[in-house]
Parts: sequence; structure tokens; C-alpha cells
Amino acid sequence: MTAVRCIDLCKTYRQGDQDIKALDHVDLEVEHSGFVCLSAPSGGGKTTLLNAIGGLDIPDSGEVWVAGQRIDQLSKGELAAIRLTQIGFVFQAYNLIPVLTAQENVEFVMQVQGVAAADRRSKSQAILEEVGLKGLEDRRPAEMSGGQQQRVAVARAIVSRPALVLADEPTANLDSKTSDELMELFVELNNHHDTTFVIATHDQRVMAYAKRLIKMLDGRIVEDIEQRAA
Amino acid sequence: MHYVQIIFTLAWRNLWRNHRRTIIMLAAISVGAWAMIFMTSLMRGMVNEMLRDGIRALPGHVQVHHPDYRDDPSVGNLVSLTSAEIDATLAGAGIERFTARIRVPAIISSERESRGVTLIGADPLREKSVAAVGSEIVEGRNLDGPDDGGVVLGRKLAEKLETQVGKRIVLMSQDPDNEVADRGYRVVGLFEANLAAHEEAFVFAGRETVQKMLRIDDRVSEVAVAGDDYRVVDALLAEVRVLMGKDDEVLPWTELDEYLGTMLGVMDGFVLVWVVVIFLALSFGLVNTLVMAVFERVREIGLMLALGMRPSSILGQIIVESVLLLVLGLIIGNLLAFASIIPLKDGIDISIVAEGMEMFGASSILYPEIEKSDVILANIVVLVLGFIASLSPAWQASRYEPVEAITKV
Ligand SMILES: Nc1ncnc2c1ncn2[C@@H]1O[C@H](COP(=O)(O)OP(=O)(O)OP(=O)(O)O)[C@@H](O)[C@H]1O
Ligand SMILES: [Mg+2]
Repeated sequence: MTAVRCIDLCKTYRQGDQDIKALDHVDLEVEHSGFVCLSAPSGGGKTTLLNAIGGLDIPDSGEVWVAGQRIDQLSKGELAAIRLTQIGFVFQAYNLIPVLTAQENVEFVMQVQGVAAADRRSKSQAILEEVGLKGLEDRRPAEMSGGQQQRVAVARAIVSRPALVLADEPTANLDSKTSDELMELFVELNNHHDTTFVIATHDQRVMAYAKRLIKMLDGRIVEDIEQRAA
Repeated sequence: MHYVQIIFTLAWRNLWRNHRRTIIMLAAISVGAWAMIFMTSLMRGMVNEMLRDGIRALPGHVQVHHPDYRDDPSVGNLVSLTSAEIDATLAGAGIERFTARIRVPAIISSERESRGVTLIGADPLREKSVAAVGSEIVEGRNLDGPDDGGVVLGRKLAEKLETQVGKRIVLMSQDPDNEVADRGYRVVGLFEANLAAHEEAFVFAGRETVQKMLRIDDRVSEVAVAGDDYRVVDALLAEVRVLMGKDDEVLPWTELDEYLGTMLGVMDGFVLVWVVVIFLALSFGLVNTLVMAVFERVREIGLMLALGMRPSSILGQIIVESVLLLVLGLIIGNLLAFASIIPLKDGIDISIVAEGMEMFGASSILYPEIEKSDVILANIVVLVLGFIASLSPAWQASRYEPVEAITKV
């Protein structure tokens, strides 16, 4: 079964009088329970691709399928429902709601989903402990370091056990030890819950965990390497 | 349903994110609501008193006349029933507050001065149940029955005539045959009235005495009936119409005194205009606050949308935030208004600033009156218009593109 399928995706941005091809005829298929790293130099199209898969951005042409459903023609509301129920996100630039505490941020998606309070509470506490944030549940984002905020974002992305996790530079602000711990958590979810991961990263360390490494350049896939999980 | 909690949490926290802005806005709404209710209650107090005084002065709530009487209030146009018949009919129907009176133009003369006045031939006991003018005796005594041979004058009139209690005056009018009808009376008492003009215009004498002087047997020119509430006279009007002769004209006070009648409507309109004007001033601050708040939160609103929150929930969040602000402001404003009105229950002496107000029928002591309908109106206007004013910023927030919000560095 295929978790993600992209067929001939193109996305062009206009910058001044220049056309930038952020996605240039991208074909990509990710197996259910796949563990894929996207690696590219800055500006290579990683975020654009993740946004297209996550239904946040509509490509100029091509098709996007998630869990067997074509999503690039859905309405905003339908896309929102898919994001809410099927995909966990770690965004590159901005992740947490400033007026909510760490725990409330982790619970946010579950709350919107309608998960009961007690259930939310135990799940969010467990996951915060797993990402090493026990004791920081009541901190607001402004009271946490960049790395701590990042881990809250990761915790939120995986807490409701989505079928697909799209993570954009999830370890950008983390030291090597913490990133290893996070990646091990991802691997474990991948192994035990068949969660599919698509992770955009610059980090060699992260790439080492991937079952499959895809290298992009200027919006094109230039290399697709199967590798064994470390 | 599960959205409700998160929406309220977010709205409430966001409200207190910028303390200063929220407190300033709260203060503005509170003061606005206070001003709406406080000023309205002062105006209400003034107008209600004017109305009640005006109605109590003589008209009652419903009056009966000869159809031509209002054009020509002379002794030729009398009610078709005699006062004995009127007393029997109305009392028989269980109506308690009514009076049948003669009311004709006359000339009053003391040994020094003469003036044109309105002569009221009254039954003083019945009169008291309906009307106020003439009942506040400040010197001497009131008439003691319809057959009393004395007169009661307004204090101002007595001054003008240079007469006083105990002296004699002459009243002169016409009888139905256009012959002069006159009679000497002794001044037995002086009254004061809220309206200066009333003190000069009305002269009270016993009904039977006046009937004899005018040679009109037991006839009267006017019947005044009072009910419980001057705002609700329709039932009373219908009842009196049935009881009185078909030939007579029965009218409510709003038609008898159009000045007073329109005043009630004008006041209701004024309250609405006042409330809306204050709200408009407030709404600029409210909309500005919301637009700023929404603009500052582009990214987190985009984030919530990106995570799968529905745009309608974003809309709801901003509206709830605005309504919370309004409700808080209204609660404070209402409490302030009540807190500042209740100590003034015994009246505010405005005689210093309002000298001469008595000429218009307003007393120099102002009793603020909180009317439930005014308070409800003020609160509803603020809530409903505030809700409408917040729709546009809320709509804008719900239209944010999530991808722009979260990828902007
Ligand atoms: N909203 C936009 N408007 C204009 N150009 C854009 C926009 N978003 C992305 N681009 C351009 O598209 C190209 C791909 O951008 P993308 O963000 O996908 O790169 P990336 O691989 O995620 O880079 P990074 O590692 O820096 O995050 C870049 O050249 C970028 O400048
Ligand atoms: Mg990127």
C-alpha cells in the first residue's frame, strides 16, 4: 500500500522577474510505513514538497495522493479534515501557539479532534516525558528554549498517532544527543505503529536513520537511495 | 462541541495577552455603557416626571367632553350626562378615580386687578383622586365639598391680583344664553403647582356653586378618569367609551395633550439615538483593537489552520474574544450605572443649573429612573452591534492562508 504518491508535481514561484521552479516534475511514491528523508541544499524544494503532500499548498500541476485519496483537488475544508486526522506536522518556521502551555500545545490537535480530556491528558503527559520535557508541561513557548519548543512540536505531531508524519527540520535546534533520542522515537513509532515518516533535513545524523534517502536539487529529485535503518 | 472549550480558552488568553489594550478597551466600554444607562435614567426621570405631572395636572388618563368642547370650551358645550348620572355610572362600573368638573373661561377680579383664568367647578374629594393641581394647599384650606362657596387660587395668581386668603374676589363668565353670569367668592385657600402657569391659570370653586352661577343645573363640561398606568390606557378608554353617552367624545391623554403625547415617543427615540451614538464612538476602538489583534496573530492563526482547525473556528474565536470583551465591559458598566444611580434615588437638586426649568413643567429636583427596557436596549445594542462590528476582522482572520503564515521566517 502507498502512503504518499506524487505524480509529475510542478510548482513555480515568481520572484521579481524570475520564475523559480520550486518543484520541477517531481514523481515520488512512499510506501506505507516508509521512513524517508528528503535532503537538499537550502532552496531545493523540501518545504514546498512537504506542503504539497500535506495539502497546505496546491501544486500548479500534477497529482497528490495521500492514503489512496487524491487530495490536490479537495476543498479547503476537506483538506483541513485530512490534515487534522491523518497527518502529524512539524513545521520549519513556526510551530507553537504562544498563549498555550507545552501540554496544551501538545493537546491542541487532539482537542480539535474531540478526544476526551482525560485521554488527552494522559497521552500528552506520556509523550512529553518521552521527548524529555517532563516538568515543563506548564511552560508557555516563550519560556522554553528553541530545542524545547521543537520537541513540543514533535510531541504534538506524533501524539495522536497519525498515519503520516511530515517533519520539516525537526532537529534543527537540537544537540546531537537529543536528536538521536528523537530519531529513535520516530524509528520506534515507525516499527511498532507503522507510522510513515517523511522528514526534510540537512542533518547527516538524521539521514542515517532513514530507510530511504531522497536527494533534491532545484526542485528535482536527483537521487533515491534505499538504505537500511541504523 | 469540543471546539467550544478550546475556542474559549484561546479567546480568553488572547484577550489578556495585551493587558493594557484590553483594559483600555474595557474602560471605554464600561464608561460607554455607564453613560448610556446613567444619562438615559436621568432623562427618563425628568421626562416621566413631566409626563406624570402633566397628566396629573388636570387631564387624567381619559377624558369625556362634548364633541365641540375642545374647539370652544364654553358653557354651551357640556357633557350629555349630569354629574349625578356620571357619578352613578362610573362608580357603578367599579371605576374609582374619576371626577366630573366644570371648566370654563372666566374673568377674576380683585379690588385691584382683573385677569382671564380658567374656572374649575370641582368636587374637591373626587378631584383629588385624579388631579394634582389645586390639591397642594399652602395657605388657608381646600374646598370642603361641591357646595363650598369659596375659591382656591394659585399663589402666583393671588400675588398678581394682590389679594389673599379671607378677601373677596368676583368671578365673571357667561351662561348658556350668553348672559353675564357672575358671583362674589371669598378666597379660602392658596395652592402651589409644579408648573408656574398652572398657578396663574386655574381657579377652583365648588361644583354646585359654579353650576348655580352659570345656571346649568347639574351639567359639567368635562369628566376625567385615571387608571393605574399612564402608558396603558386602551382598556380604560374602551370601558369609558361604552359607559358614556354616544354623543360625547372620549379621548386618551395622548390625544388630549399632543405635546405630552409626543414627548413619550420622542423620549423613546432619544434613548435609542443616544445609545447608538455612544456605541458608534466605541465601535471605532473595538474594531481597531480587533484588527490589530488579528493582524498580530497572522502566524498562529495560520498555524491553527495548518493543523486542521476549521476556518469557522477561527472566526468563532475572534468573535468570542470580542463578545467576552463586550460582556465584561457591559457588566462593569451596568454595575457602575446602578451604583451611581441608586445613591441618587432621593433626587438630585438641579435648581442651581436649571433655574427656570419649572416653566417647562420640570421640577428642580431630578429623580433618575432606571427603566428595565432602557437597560435592556443599551445592552442589546452594544452586544448586537459589537458582534456585527467584529465580523469583518474575524472573517479576515479566518481567510488567512496557512502556508504563508507558517513558512514566513
Ligand atoms: N512563497 C514563496 N514565494 C516565492 N518563492 C518561494 C516561496 N516559497 C518558496 N519559494 C522558493 O521556492 C524554492 C524552494 O523553496 P523551499 O522552501 O521549498 O526550499 P527548502 O528546500 O525548504 O529550503 P530550506 O532548506 O531553506 O528550508 C526556493 O527558491 C524559494 O525561494
Ligand atoms: Mg524548508
